[in-house]
Amino acid sequence: MRVLVPGLLPTTLSAALMGVVSLPVVAADMNVKVEIPRLNVAEYHRPYVAVWLERPDQSVAATLAVWYDVKKKDKEGEKWLKDLRQWWRRAGRDVQMPVDGVSGATRPAGDQQLTFSSDKGPLAQLPPGDYVLMVEAAREVGGREVVKVPLQWPPKAGQSAKGKGESELGVITLDFKP
Amino acid sequence: MKLSFKLAAVAMTLAIALPLSANAHRTWLLPSSTVLSGNDPWVSVDAAVSNDLFFFESFALKLDGLQVIAPDGSFAKAENAYTGKLRTSFDVHLTQSGTYKVAVISMGLFGSYKDAAGQTKRWRGTPETLAKEVPADAKDLQVTQMQGRIETFVTAGKPSKKVLETTGSGLELQAITHPTDLIAGETASFRLLLDGKPAANLKVTVVPGGTRYRDKLNELTPTTDADGKFSVTWPSAGMYWMEATVKDDKPNLKPATDRRANYTATLEVLAP
Repeated sequence: MRVLVPGLLPTTLSAALMGVVSLPVVAADMNVKVEIPRLNVAEYHRPYVAVWLERPDQSVAATLAVWYDVKKKDKEGEKWLKDLRQWWRRAGRDVQMPVDGVSGATRPAGDQQLTFSSDKGPLAQLPPGDYVLMVEAAREVGGREVVKVPLQWPPKAGQSAKGKGESELGVITLDFKP
Repeated sequence: MKLSFKLAAVAMTLAIALPLSANAHRTWLLPSSTVLSGNDPWVSVDAAVSNDLFFFESFALKLDGLQVIAPDGSFAKAENAYTGKLRTSFDVHLTQSGTYKVAVISMGLFGSYKDAAGQTKRWRGTPETLAKEVPADAKDLQVTQMQGRIETFVTAGKPSKKVLETTGSGLELQAITHPTDLIAGETASFRLLLDGKPAANLKVTVVPGGTRYRDKLNELTPTTDADGKFSVTWPSAGMYWMEATVKDDKPNLKPATDRRANYTATLEVLAP
């Protein structure tokens, strides 16, 4: 937590100046909406998806979510994690799956919502700075795509951002709730 | 060409066993994947001698000197080995996490001489078989030592470095960039060592696979610097064949008077 303090000061200060009641350390909750497109294909499998925060040097600040076949027997679902090849190279191969709060089952087509609290989990220790939200999807007998959405942490008031995929991902929406 | 079918046949036989003698042919190992995840990964490896990369169209590669080295440095098994007309194939069960090296190492003598009738003969073998197979009255006996190393690398989980250690014998690749962490558009660096010392000013040939479906070879030909180092910026994703050969007069097998040391690797470059 202590690393957050310098970056948080301005936010807390400005919040105080505006007369808004500010929570002690909390900056904001981060909401990520990932649209998984409905695809009209002969053989459809739900995509594997990795969501992570990247630093400007492309290193991984935090893996936020990995959706894969967690329930397959003998961990067979892990065999295809390397198809999320950018996440696999940057972070996946360094960790033992499953990871609590990160691993999850694949999700169906439609808007999928993820919420991360700034006072616990991966965002709690995130130093202030510029980041890129990375969303990578890989589908069995299908394609692969990465969508990038830049962001600042901690967020400015009302900050939101969007990205859009063309094949394996739809609209990625990022917003923050104070 | 009156050189005839017979000589060509001899040359081809040599190519199969001793990749170093092949000018026209390329020798290679081709793994089914080089980057794997999951807790029970396997790879299948094809091994062949061919012109086009990576198509088995000429000869199966003999696996006499096959070594599969596990991440901890121990030898792993090649399973389900099969030798066909055009390729050899085997499986490796990646029971450890980390990087495996698959290598075919060859060492031998190659000779030419004139027999009692004055006919030029070619011979291949070892110091032990030389005395038996080459007549004592052979004239103009010229013996070359052949040292060959054909390699590829596969990684289960996180890449490791133990198998990248070199032996100090023959021509070898010292990886500066990890050989299973190659990405299109990025630059990878390597060092070639001859008997453990930098192989300076040596031409390296790097050819992307899929040559059958294009007119140009698109080869890259970096040259090693004084420190044996060279680098390659991968133009695209795919399997690449890398080769270098040194000829010198430093054989360590008698009665060879010179040596050809060859290094060949198959490397996979992934899309970013």
